[in-house]
Amino acid sequence: MTKPLLELTGISKSFPGVKALQGVEFTLNRGEVLVLVGENGAGKSTLMKILSGIYQRDEGTILVDGEQVEIPGPSAAQALGISIIHQEMNLMPDLTVAQNIFIGREPSVAGIIREGALNKQASELLTSLGINISAKTRVGDLTVAGQQMVEIAKALSYDSRVLIMDEPTSALTDNEVETLFELIESLREKGTGIVYISHRMEELKRLADRVVVLRDGEYIGQLDRDQIDVPTIIEMMVGRQINSEQRPEAKDFSQAETVLKVTGLSTKALLRDVGFELKKGEILGFAGLMGAGRTETARAVIGADSRTSGEIEVHGKRVRISQPADAVRSGIGYLSEDRKGVGLLLDQNVWQNTALASLNEFSVAGMMNDAKAKQVAESYVKDLRTKTPSVNQPVKLLSGGNQQKVVLAKWLVRDTDILIVDEPTRGIDVGAKEEIYRLLERLASEGKSIIVISSELPELLRIADRIVVMASGRITGELTNEDASQNRIMDYATKIAEEGELTL
Amino acid sequence: MSEAKTAAPKGSLNWKSWIQQGLAVGTLVLLFIFFSIMNPNFMQWSNISGILLATAGIGIMALGTTFVIATGGIDLSIGTGSTLAAVMTGVFAVNMGLPAWLGVLLGIASGALMGFINGFNVAFLRIPPFIATLAMMMVAQGLGLVLSGVAPIYFTEISWFSGIALGELIPGLPNGVLIMFVLAILAWVVLSRTKFGRIDLAIGSNEEATRLSGISTKRWTVLIYSVAGVFTAIAGIVMASRLSSAQPQMGVGLELQAIAAVIIGGTSLMGGRASIIGTVIGALIMSVLINGLRIMGVQSEWQFVASGVVIAIAVWFDSLRNRGSST
Repeated sequence: MTKPLLELTGISKSFPGVKALQGVEFTLNRGEVLVLVGENGAGKSTLMKILSGIYQRDEGTILVDGEQVEIPGPSAAQALGISIIHQEMNLMPDLTVAQNIFIGREPSVAGIIREGALNKQASELLTSLGINISAKTRVGDLTVAGQQMVEIAKALSYDSRVLIMDEPTSALTDNEVETLFELIESLREKGTGIVYISHRMEELKRLADRVVVLRDGEYIGQLDRDQIDVPTIIEMMVGRQINSEQRPEAKDFSQAETVLKVTGLSTKALLRDVGFELKKGEILGFAGLMGAGRTETARAVIGADSRTSGEIEVHGKRVRISQPADAVRSGIGYLSEDRKGVGLLLDQNVWQNTALASLNEFSVAGMMNDAKAKQVAESYVKDLRTKTPSVNQPVKLLSGGNQQKVVLAKWLVRDTDILIVDEPTRGIDVGAKEEIYRLLERLASEGKSIIVISSELPELLRIADRIVVMASGRITGELTNEDASQNRIMDYATKIAEEGELTL
Repeated sequence: MSEAKTAAPKGSLNWKSWIQQGLAVGTLVLLFIFFSIMNPNFMQWSNISGILLATAGIGIMALGTTFVIATGGIDLSIGTGSTLAAVMTGVFAVNMGLPAWLGVLLGIASGALMGFINGFNVAFLRIPPFIATLAMMMVAQGLGLVLSGVAPIYFTEISWFSGIALGELIPGLPNGVLIMFVLAILAWVVLSRTKFGRIDLAIGSNEEATRLSGISTKRWTVLIYSVAGVFTAIAGIVMASRLSSAQPQMGVGLELQAIAAVIIGGTSLMGGRASIIGTVIGALIMSVLINGLRIMGVQSEWQFVASGVVIAIAVWFDSLRNRGSST
């Protein structure tokens, strides 16, 4: 038996006031993919930072090839053959692939870089990895997945034997994910040990030789490939059972008022003749593959992007919407999929974010009444059970689920009849998702009409009364929840995509 | 749990902004102590009020431009813009013989128009603020020269005009300084207590998030630049009053001093965070430094060098703080 590539035992790490890791252990063998799962804050990132030399452990031992090692800094990690690929890209978009891979290590004569040799070296590396990208391409011209491949090639160019990937698929489309997985599988065959951090269950089933679960900094357990079972893993992650098969009860909306009617909506880039209706009290799901046009539909409806044609009726009256302010005035609120990027003012606090869409309500003749805004924000913190020390807390310090509640509160204060919620649980822990679902259901039962856009089919089946499916900028199908199944939705979602109109 | 982690940094954010303010105040105090040791005349009220009066121009400009920088923008046209507004006042009140009060109002209106054009170019034409206002800076300088005929316009005929800056409603305190302080209080109220201020900072924090929240960010941006234009014009008129004339070159280079004052005061160049009190202190630091060095007999060439060093240090502190608080 050869010694394991990497062996961790009893790893603990504390920060002032927080026990970030306690007694964590795992073993990584050659040619193995170990998937590390856990909710946000479970300690995955801390563990990876210890392995890459950014943090130092308080207790425990790290063995590489059976020998105890210290990892005082990132260069030490590199020398041991441990490379980490971070969630955010660290490439220079204006340099070529070859220049990026060998930055600082270019073959040169008297300080003059030999571009030819550099490109050759990079091409050889890329070919050996089976990556089909030209070494001379500008990195900025690559897709996100392509850039990720370059990151991996760069990591492996340091003769890495252990590759750590931190949620690498979070920004990839489905096709790109497939390419990445193929690369990971070929690396596995070559004997590289891979630690893969994720909380997507499908990926775990596809890739994992072993799964290690962390919760609140503690090692909960591990499962071998043949033991992997999603409900068990989720239970280990959140510490309680979650019923993922639940569906909403069938409701009849045929008599309900049509609150939103969109017809003939098209945009220059993608959308073609999109039309749908939303009933009062209904949760309407939007399904489709990445790039199908769901978010684009929402943005065109609220006037965030311009459209070439299309009519919008709210409560049976035609409305003119050319910017988001018009949509809000007509009673449509949009909760973006990119919560941190464009949903919140991260540096501002809970009450300021809560008040942002309702400044008129909190001001008289232009003068703000902050006391009233705080009071209202406090009542929503209580009502939505947002976990925050106070309404003065900057929202960037809240967890994803609680940030989402702040965004929801913003629109509830504004009291728009229609809410368009784009990927409501993206980046939110499994346990907190259910809470968001119940909240949306409660709002619908109170008379709000809600559109939910989601890439997770189980999520749509869990909450949507009716599901509209899009592909290549068109609506290709519509199903009631009773008739819907993952397979039927996928049938519609891939309908036009196969005609090759979809460019990624 | 995660709540335990999030509780700790709460105070530290305020703490950091207090440090920045404290640093600015501390620097100002140190400069005062230093210069009064170097030259006892420095602390005389006549000199202090002179410093304050010299601060009024860039101070008022800086107040207006604080609102622009708070959105993450910049306004380079305030220096030459202030000149153009003063020249316009002269053209209306002296050359055209309109009533002087009307000339002053039209001068302020011309400042608002410059700001409006800046804001329109930034918000609707999507020209980067640096370029849009750089263009306006050149246009304003050129128009100032053309309209004045490359010669000062004297306000000596209008008896009360010099009183705008030099009169003393409060004995001992020149009106120009009074105007600066009144505008500072006004700006402070606007920034911290009004919808305008809230939206100003919201745009600087995240323009797209603000827009998606149903706020017409483009129109507000135009308004913010227009308000800055009004401050610029008032600064120009105060400076012209002090000189009893509109000098076609008087504002050149002042934009950089005013912007430096804003940054020294703790307003972030990235937007989203601004301090009016800081801006006033920053403006005072700039003019105390220049005045103090002058009293010490340091050549004006070296005064530039000293100002440059102070600006670099201030921006360095700003970047330190940004690094500390980013997530």
